[in-house]
Amino acid sequence: MIDRIDPPVRRRAYGGDKINRVPDPWRTNSVHYITIVLGSILPWFIIADVMPIAPPLGFMFFLGWRLMRPGLMPLWAGVPLGAFDDLFSGQPFGSAIFLWSLTMIALEVIETRFPWRGFWLDWFTAGLGIALYIVACMFISGATISLSLFAMIAPQILFSILLYPIVARLIARADAFRLSRARRIG
Amino acid sequence: MASPKSRRSGFSKKQQYSVFTGYLLATLGALLGLALLAVSLAYPSLMQPLRGGATTVVSPVGEVTAAVRTERQGLWATLTGFWRAGSQNARLREEIEESRVRLAEAEAIAAENKRLKALLGLYGGESRPIATTRLVASSPSSVRRFAYIGVGTTDGVEIGMPVHSERGVIGRVLETSLGSSRVLLLTDTESVLPVRRAADQTVAFAEGRGDGLLRIRLINLGLNPLEVGDVFVTSGAGGYYRPGVAVAVLSELTPDGGIAQLIAEPSGTNYVSVEPIYQPLAVQASGVRDRDELTQEELAN
Repeated sequence: MIDRIDPPVRRRAYGGDKINRVPDPWRTNSVHYITIVLGSILPWFIIADVMPIAPPLGFMFFLGWRLMRPGLMPLWAGVPLGAFDDLFSGQPFGSAIFLWSLTMIALEVIETRFPWRGFWLDWFTAGLGIALYIVACMFISGATISLSLFAMIAPQILFSILLYPIVARLIARADAFRLSRARRIG
Repeated sequence: MASPKSRRSGFSKKQQYSVFTGYLLATLGALLGLALLAVSLAYPSLMQPLRGGATTVVSPVGEVTAAVRTERQGLWATLTGFWRAGSQNARLREEIEESRVRLAEAEAIAAENKRLKALLGLYGGESRPIATTRLVASSPSSVRRFAYIGVGTTDGVEIGMPVHSERGVIGRVLETSLGSSRVLLLTDTESVLPVRRAADQTVAFAEGRGDGLLRIRLINLGLNPLEVGDVFVTSGAGGYYRPGVAVAVLSELTPDGGIAQLIAEPSGTNYVSVEPIYQPLAVQASGVRDRDELTQEELAN
């Protein structure tokens, strides 16, 4: 009898042929938080002396996980994750706690209006969210607001919106890793 | 993706309560954030221990990325150098001849300076840097311009100390913790630095604009004496920075001064040095609050 060369795609993605495996509960409950926290820290290592150049990666991961896996994080998850982001972002402490919590509530409201969404609608929502977030961050950063500041954040907003599909892909990869059947039973 | 079935409350009282609690907690969280934000805008140093602890833990990783960044810049400079090697070599030879002459002149001036200072009885010792380090991180997604260095109070760094690179002023220390410090860069909108034109005594303030340029505002208004290409150095006023360190070059004129470009770009520096406060007494005196000042009766005694 001729064997099949490849196992079916769905089984392969979540851990292959092994039937005595289940998703690891530690992984299932931690991967999304770890990626968001890493997203908060990573831009910190870029030296930006002229203008804000890096996208708010922590917020983008947070938004992406929320859009792609609704209900995975509790509604109040913006408080601890935002507090961590505030330690590194250079914004006054509390700005991310406030804005991330508002994001969670706003997305919950949007979701009751549009229960079924595709990638394009997600991108639109995320783009709007990112643009509003960066502008709001500028206003509460404690900097003296001038027209040149608006000119500074425009490229950052554009770059962040264009980066969202890549972030969404990364989140999808992380999600496959999160749900992969890594724990052996029996 | 549609929201999972478990999140629709339906008729289950338990489900309804848990959804309600979620909303309640999220709203409370937002209010908590708003309160913290208001507090930290009013007292920016309140959350400093927490932030300082976190940056101290992560900053060793920044040392690695800083080293990689420097390596990469060196590599790029080497590659681009190949293109114009011949013409550049000739030009550099000319420049080095010229600068040897200028150096000899500068030595003479330094000697004369020393003699005159000795005559006046002024203390003219060169200040030794407190610590030499790399810039390990910055705030790249915020409109504020902060940088972080990998030295803190254990190395003797204190709030207010100026940070210099080999080319000129970068900023000054805003917050310190055990193993890391936060530096307010000159380009931040809240940074103001007293400067003077290198050629004469025209004094001005260099304010950050938030977009990488400095706004030079003359203190004495009237006819604008500045010209494009003027170099500005620290004036020593205020007591933080020692006088005579390069700051910026004027690139554009405005009615009350001009727009200047930085001489020491933080992203292009390799090592930075933290220097002691130039005149600690002057800085202390400027921090004296009205109610701490001596009254007329106390002064009379």
